[in-house]
Amino acid sequence: MKIIIQGGRVLDPATGLNEPADILIEEGRIVDIRKSGSGQTRPDEIGLQRIDAAGKLVFPGLIDLHTHVREPGFEYKETIRTATEAAAAGGFTTICAMPNSLPVNDNQSVTRFILNRAKAEGLVQVLPIGAITKSSKGEELAEIEELKEAGCVAITDDGNPVAKSSMMRLAMEYAKTFGLPVIDHCEDPLLSEGGVMNEGVVSTEMGLPGIPPASEEVMVSRNLILAQETGARLHLAHISTAGSVHLIREAKARGVKVTAETCPHYFSLTEEAVRGYNTNAKMNPPLRTQKDLEAIRAGLSDGTIDIIATDHAPHAREEKEREFSNAPFGIVGLETALCLTLMLVEDGILTLEQAISKLTIEPAKFLGIKKGQIKVGMDADLVVFDPAEWWVVDPAEFRSKSRNTPFAGWKLKGRVLMTLVKGVPVFTRTPTSLEKREA
Amino acid sequence: MLKRKDLLAITELAPDEITTILDTAVSFKEVMARDIKKVPTLRGKTVINLFVEPSTRTRTSFELAAKRLSADLVNVSTSTSSLTKGESLLDMAKNLEAMRADLIVLRHPVAGAPHLLARALQCGIINAGDGAHEHPSQALLDLFTIRERKKTLSGLRVLLVGDILHSRVARSDLHALRKMGAEVTLVGPATMIPRGIEPWDVQVAYNFDEALGKENQKPDVIIMLRLQLERQEKGFIPSLREYSRLYGLTMARLRRASPDVLVMHPGPINRGIEISPDVADGLSSVILDQVTNGVAVRMALLYLLMGGKTE
Amino acid sequence: MAHEIVERNKGTDDLILIGIRTGGVHLVHRLANKIKEIEKVSVPIGELDITLYRDDLMLKKEQPVLKKTVIAFDISDKKIILVDDVLYTGRTIRAALDGLMDLGRPRMIQVAVLIDRGHRELPIRAEYVGKNLPTTSDEVIKVLLEEEGEEDRVVIYPPSPASQEGQRVKT
Repeated sequence: MKIIIQGGRVLDPATGLNEPADILIEEGRIVDIRKSGSGQTRPDEIGLQRIDAAGKLVFPGLIDLHTHVREPGFEYKETIRTATEAAAAGGFTTICAMPNSLPVNDNQSVTRFILNRAKAEGLVQVLPIGAITKSSKGEELAEIEELKEAGCVAITDDGNPVAKSSMMRLAMEYAKTFGLPVIDHCEDPLLSEGGVMNEGVVSTEMGLPGIPPASEEVMVSRNLILAQETGARLHLAHISTAGSVHLIREAKARGVKVTAETCPHYFSLTEEAVRGYNTNAKMNPPLRTQKDLEAIRAGLSDGTIDIIATDHAPHAREEKEREFSNAPFGIVGLETALCLTLMLVEDGILTLEQAISKLTIEPAKFLGIKKGQIKVGMDADLVVFDPAEWWVVDPAEFRSKSRNTPFAGWKLKGRVLMTLVKGVPVFTRTPTSLEKREA
Repeated sequence: MLKRKDLLAITELAPDEITTILDTAVSFKEVMARDIKKVPTLRGKTVINLFVEPSTRTRTSFELAAKRLSADLVNVSTSTSSLTKGESLLDMAKNLEAMRADLIVLRHPVAGAPHLLARALQCGIINAGDGAHEHPSQALLDLFTIRERKKTLSGLRVLLVGDILHSRVARSDLHALRKMGAEVTLVGPATMIPRGIEPWDVQVAYNFDEALGKENQKPDVIIMLRLQLERQEKGFIPSLREYSRLYGLTMARLRRASPDVLVMHPGPINRGIEISPDVADGLSSVILDQVTNGVAVRMALLYLLMGGKTE
Repeated sequence: MAHEIVERNKGTDDLILIGIRTGGVHLVHRLANKIKEIEKVSVPIGELDITLYRDDLMLKKEQPVLKKTVIAFDISDKKIILVDDVLYTGRTIRAALDGLMDLGRPRMIQVAVLIDRGHRELPIRAEYVGKNLPTTSDEVIKVLLEEEGEEDRVVIYPPSPASQEGQRVKT
């Protein structure tokens, strides 16, 4: 199948490309990137399916390092199919499936199951991440080599931290053998015990038990020290505090092999969003203070934080419509991440290239996959994006099965018009019902 | 006037609303002094006590308040309710509303539970204690008791002593006292004083004796908080003995304060731990008055929240 | 009226005057003073707030403010003169009767009002009436007193849009 995407401004942070260009795609690969606007149809452009991107941006399909697809085991919250539909709507062409399914992805049969489901039902590429320990209980190592063999691209016990330092050290050394990065959800469970939101002025006023920033920072510190000692590849998931950013910055300066990610909610919201006992603002790590938000932004700006991931965590309505302490942690994020990230460009925190790179080439480099770039010979995973269109976040329009977002009603700028995976459009924007009504 | 459907937190009340409630309670205290302690005012209204966290005092107080206003009251407590069978709080409450309950009094171990119901239901919700967040009617009856004895609230010096961190009574009390212009000092070990209290505009003292005996700054009111005996297990205090030695109100300590100081306690009392029996039963103690006033204040709340047309 | 009350009750034994808030309060004090002038005896006075006994509480938009009931003695077996400024539908007196019954068992209750404006909705009557004043139900009557800083007088206001709303729940 031959396709040409014409007239768009092609933005590829990896190569520095930022100009109007046409992209020629054949058999799912990019075969040429050529100057557009010549007005004449070249011989090899005849008979192609045309996608008109005039006035729009074209950039590499986004890669999410942190998605909870919920399958197997929690299909009532989300399935691989609906998660990939949400991903495609958000401009993501690759998502990494976190292992805290039921059963936990701690062995090759679950890994293969996920890959098979993704092949059968998934709209975008799904890369499994395996567990560090059996059932993520933090007691015994999982069969890590087997997980890698089956297709896992990293290991983590996310949902849970690896509480025992001795276990984390063993895991890092063992994973090093196979070149697998270790991702940690940094939380000291004894410090955070019982906590349901950030510990501070707001939690004190609301009478809710708090999760102190120290809980994250203590583990960030521990992990950095162990990573330095073992020489393993460490990745820190969903960083949320100023103290963590400071520790990471300092460790990187010392040469520790660490990458760090944060999520859009940590640079867009603070603990104030929880007021009124809003369970749609409840996640772990929790939303922190304004100071932390600013430090996260600064960390993104100076490269301390390499990657932006969603931590997309769907939950059913009846689960969130509960007393605050009884509601599960987590919010969805695939369909709002890109536009929230672009708000950083509006605010002058990042350039457009930097913003896109944290969602494309940086995760690709981390995973060691040939994605996240617009280059001849690479898979045509692309997003066609209208940078000017404003829209209002309406959870009822989400492709995800779940609606748990704190961003309902937010006005965001920029819309994904089309997402292509290997040259195949897996998402095309049709006007939403709201827009139809307004039109 | 109380132009509201619910009473969820003292932080939501304006000082003049608090005054209205206290003034109304005066009339109801007079009703309680009669032989026939009943008025027909809320006849035909239905109040449900939904106590997901058990309580004898508060539940009985609300029950008497409702019955003395001739309202019908039904008690629903966890052990006998469908909540144990996995029904959600929201579903349970909607069922009660469907039975045409006019008002639900909710006590729940999780902060914010009354807010969850108030958002979803048409009928009024009174928060009878939600986790560590607030216990508004307790604070109101405490204010009533203080005002009755001291004639004013503004400018009074009040000590709140004990496990502030876990106490919803402490939170409601200090918010109510600050709103009415009283000065509040929190007294307790550092492990039991919460973080993030700067917006509260209160003092903190770790030394009880000092706080009691400060020349020209002696407290007018001492509110002792109940120590939950599990706190020692969790390490907030090393032992009950040490806590009692440092923060228990004994006669000797009481003498450091001025002779007309009021001693208060929300109950139930741990005799000998946070308060010695002779102080609890002594002349400075208004603990039983608090209980009497509690019914009057709750009658006032029911009257003010349930009367009138809901627009 | 003071003379009538004393005459009908053959003296002041076991007599109690109770004024209904707020219209009857000043009047009950005046009556008590007059009786004192005549009989040289101080008759006990009480003030009764009937808000809790009203039959129209659920119809009003807001809860009326409660005022205090001050009856510092036992009313059982006493002869009570209930005093109010205006007798209209009779509902206030009905509420006052219920309130008194909850306080004790009086031997007898009689009603004394300054103005009877007619339009009874319940079988209630006053034994002692200062003046009968026929009115239409959309007029408003106000009794103004010296004790409140006004000249002693009774004013009849013509119907007004606001008063018509109030009419339906007037006492």
